[in-house]
Formats: sequence, structure tokens, C-alpha cells
Amino acid sequence: MDLRLPIGYVFTIYGIMLTGYGAFTKGAEMYKKSLELNVNLIWGVVMLVFGIVMLVFAKKAGKA
Amino acid sequence: MHFLDSILFLASAGGGAVSLEGLKPDLNFIDWSILAIYLAFVIGIGFALKKYNNSAEDFFLSGRSIPGWVTGLAFISANLGAQELIGMAASGAEYGIMTSHFYWVGAIPAMVFLGIFMMPMYYGSKAKSVPEYLKMRYNEPTRVFNSVSFAFMTVASSGISMHALADLLHALLGWNYYVSLFVTSGIVLAYVLKGGLSSAIYNEVLQFFMIVFGIAPLAYIALKDVGGWEGLVAKLHASPQGQGALHSWAQTGGTENPMGVPWYGILFGLGFVLSFGYWCTNFAEVQRALAANSMGAARRTPIIGAIPKMLFPAIVILPGMIAYGLTSDAVATGYTIPTNASGALNYNQVLPSMIFHYFPNGLLGLAITALMASFMSGMAANVTAFNTVWTYDIYKAMNPDKGDRDLLTMGKYATVFGIIAAMGFALVASNYNNIMSILQLVFGFVNAPLFATFLLGMFTRRSNAMGAFWGLVVGTGSAMIFHGLCFATGNAPGVKGGWISPLIEYPKEMSQGFWVAIVAFSTTFAVNALISCISRRDKTDEELKGLVYSLTPKQVEDNDPWILRPVVLGTIVFIASIILNIIFW
Repeated sequence: MDLRLPIGYVFTIYGIMLTGYGAFTKGAEMYKKSLELNVNLIWGVVMLVFGIVMLVFAKKAGKA
Repeated sequence: MHFLDSILFLASAGGGAVSLEGLKPDLNFIDWSILAIYLAFVIGIGFALKKYNNSAEDFFLSGRSIPGWVTGLAFISANLGAQELIGMAASGAEYGIMTSHFYWVGAIPAMVFLGIFMMPMYYGSKAKSVPEYLKMRYNEPTRVFNSVSFAFMTVASSGISMHALADLLHALLGWNYYVSLFVTSGIVLAYVLKGGLSSAIYNEVLQFFMIVFGIAPLAYIALKDVGGWEGLVAKLHASPQGQGALHSWAQTGGTENPMGVPWYGILFGLGFVLSFGYWCTNFAEVQRALAANSMGAARRTPIIGAIPKMLFPAIVILPGMIAYGLTSDAVATGYTIPTNASGALNYNQVLPSMIFHYFPNGLLGLAITALMASFMSGMAANVTAFNTVWTYDIYKAMNPDKGDRDLLTMGKYATVFGIIAAMGFALVASNYNNIMSILQLVFGFVNAPLFATFLLGMFTRRSNAMGAFWGLVVGTGSAMIFHGLCFATGNAPGVKGGWISPLIEYPKEMSQGFWVAIVAFSTTFAVNALISCISRRDKTDEELKGLVYSLTPKQVEDNDPWILRPVVLGTIVFIASIILNIIFW
């Protein structure tokens, strides 16, 4: 089993979830906690990119 | 989802006092989904690896088939248990930048040394465990002594982890302490039973990324809140810690520093005895490298692990320092460290309380999942090390004719009763305040004598079985006696030291722990060397081949790119840690 696959899936799922949730809750009261930063949106995108990179590497290795 | 519902039901039925009242966040559907997805993947990985687990070799050693980057990250993740996140943030608040000694002095040099100098013998000898190496190098009694004390230590430290997690979930989310204990250990039990060591290692890597992604945003948000690095420096300067919080070495001329340890105590006690003892002889760590698919990968394992280890202070110690800075500022209306019943700062709650203060739903679920992941990784590492030592070094040593099938079965039993024993220890752990200090004490008893034994065994031919065995016995005994004679200021004589007679006083529990370890190491080293010198050598050069450094063939790694050669990579990592020490002098 290529470990990059499950890791890629987990973080792609988390990325989509947090990005979506962040976009949906834009300007919500709870972002006062994080100093008015929409951390869900920002961090969601970061995790999404990480997840996709992992998946791409795993697929590449799988083909070779 | 019924699984989480049942936790919630039992938790609300259990009730109990919540120490973070008012801070307790409301988890919503997104937080719960993040946690549920993580748990599903962790157990899923265990089941996915089940089909590769047909023999004892697979279950205990992963069939020596795992690539170096995986074992390297697992190596560091295995150490990311209770002490790492909660304890290091707590120490960051309590001791300031001096906490970085646990990384740049107390980890990196030892990890590099393990990879470059010790791994050729560990991996090359084909030993299945650290105690088995001791049997090859010395004799059966030495192995028995080590396997029994190691088995105790793994149970003790996973017990401490479990206690910390259950206590945290109770304080944070109001979950019942015992239910938390059973559920989290049940999950670890499930994936270790199904997938053996491979499952533990693969999950450790997933857990490593969970921890980094879950905790890293805290440092950024908190730093922004305190007004950047300059803001933090100004606040700490004005605080009771003053300059002390901002220098790792500058004030270690005496014991007048937050740790109460002078520089030579740090270098020798932490940087040498405790650190090399832990990283180089603790089988829960070494086992990860033994699962690697080649000698090169095994040697790179601790060195690859050292790279993230070096950077971890930025995400765990820094938030702790910020927490203290914000708390000490009288005009602050924002974050403050929670206090316990007597009004003292409760450092162990620094990290969770900051997460609650700064993280909105979404990120909150991610961070709570990260905390769970950290406890599971530390615990699974101990469980897999325990079941291997129990099965090969205790059970098989007593029943040499047992076959593969019996060993696999015994390994599974050992996994179950190891976890049950750890739960018992979890209840003992609830007597202590700073988790880190107890762990240091436990390691002082067990690992320091072992490291002295390895140092003489791996790097001299002269050291013999009689010296090794009596060195271990006398060294461990002397550590216990010394612990009974010394205590830390403010502690009554008892489990925390001074139970024979409170003769020697140290300013902090931490300095006490360092000196206990130094005594254990020095006594073991002296006794082993003395006996080995006055008695005859018991193994010929031929028998010691591959077990002693000078009799082990030099490693040829022409196939690896030069940057990945253990010596090159190790040297780079080592120099980087020296530079970090200088920057934060």
C-alpha cells in the first residue's frame, strides 16, 4: 500500500470541508476568536493543496 | 456515527467536574465530522494492512519492507505523545526558550548519532529488538533484565499518555474520564491487532501530518495577537520571567535560571545521558528503523525524523511562551492561562486553552483531532514495542520451541494485556502535576543505565557479560537510592523523591531528574568498565563481528544520492541544530 494515498485522501477531504465551511461562514461571529481571520478558508486551501500533491505523487508512482 | 453518539451518551451520563468551565467550546457538525473521518481512516489503515500480516515476522517487524521517509516520520511521530504537545507547550510557558534544549540539545545530536554510528549494528545484526541485541552482544540475563524493565517502562509511559488524554477530554469536552480512557485505547488496540507494526507505523505518519496541520495555525494566530515577535519580547521582558524566558544558554552559568540547571547539567544530563538513552536505546523508537527496507533507509530513519523535530519548537514552545507573555500582562483582556484550585497557573492546560480561545469551529475540530492523534501515535508505539519484547524476549526466551503461529497469537494477547496494564498505570499517573518531569524520572531509572551499557558494548570489545549485567543492576539500583535521597524545593518527601531521607535539595523537579539520570549512567558505566577490566573477555572478535563498531564492515552506500547518505545528511542536520542554539543563545 502506498501511504501517500490515504494521507492524500484525508487531507483532500479536510481541505474541501474546511474551504467550503469557511466560504459558507464568511464574516461569522466566531472569527472574532481568530482575530477576524477566516482561518478555515485559508487553512482549508493549504490542506487541499497538500492533499492533492500527495495524491498526484502516489498516482505517478503507481503508474511507473 | 453511532460510535460517536455512544461516547456522547456515556459522557453525559458520567458527568463530573469540568476545570475549564466557561472556556468549553461547542463542537458542531463540522468538528465532529473531522474527528469521525480521522478515526475511520486510522481503523481503515489497520484493516487494509491485515492481509499483509500472515506471519510473526510481518506482525512484529513489518517484514523489513517500509521506505525510509515513512519510518523516519514514524520515528518522530512515535515520540509525539503526551509529553510532546501538552508538555512542551506547558514547559514553554513555564521555562521559556530554555525548553528548546529538549530539541536542539536533547534530541537532534542523539538522533544523528543513532543513525550514523549505532544503526549499522542494530539493523545489521538482524536483532528483532533492543533486548535481543543485548543477548547477542552479552548474555541472556542482561536481556532479561532489560526486557523486564523495558516492558514496565512502556506500560508506564503509555499509561501516562492515556491518563493525559482522558484527563484532557474530560476537562475540555466534559467526556467521562473512564469512557475516554476505554474508547481511545480501544481504537489503538483495534488497529494494532489488525495490522501489527505496519499499521502502527503507517498510522504514525498520518498522525504526524494531522498533528502538524492541527496545531501549526495556533502559533501564527497567537503571535499575531501578542504583536509579533517584538510584542512577545516586550511582554516577556516586563514579566516575572524577564530576560530568562528569552535565552537558552545565556543564564546557565549557575542554577539561577527557569530550569534550575547549570550548563554542564544540561549538556551532560539532558544532552548526553537522557537524550542518548532515550533516542538510541528505547526500543519504541529503534523498532521503527528496524522495519525499514534497507540498511541505508534504517540509518536515515532517525536523521529524517530529526528534520521536523528541529522545527517543532516553533509550533509547540512558541505558543507556550506567548501564553505566558499574555497572562503576565496586567492590562490584557484577552487570553490568560487557566489557574488551578490554589490559584497557581495550570501549565498543562496552556495548549488546549489556547486552542479554545483562538480556534473557531472547523479548525477547532482539526486541533482536537490532532491532540487525539498525538496520544494515539505515542501509545501505539509503546504497544508495538511492548508486544514484541514480551513475545520474543520474555515468552520465547522461556519457551524456545514455540513456532511462528504461537508467537503471532502471543503477540496479539500481549497487545491486549499491555493496554489493560497501561490503564492501571494511568490511574497512578493522576498523582503528578507536570507530566514531563515524571517521564524524565522514569527514563532516568531505565534508559540511562542502558545507554551506558550500549556505549561500552557497541564501541569496546572489552566489555563483557558480567560487567554489563552487574552494571545495569547496580546502576538502576543506585538511581533508585539516589532518588530516595534528593528532592525538589517545595516537594514533601515521598513518590517525588527524598523517601529515604531528604538529604539533597534541587531547585526544580527537572534538575532533580537530570541528576538522578547522571548518577544512574555514571554508576553503570563505572561498574561495567571496572568488572570488564578485572575479569576475562567472554567473546572472541569473531563472535563480536557485526555487534561492535570496530568489527562491523564499513557501510557502502554508492547507490544513494550523496545528499541522502547518512553521514552527509546527519552532518547537515547536526550543524543546523548548532546554528539554532546560537541564534537563541
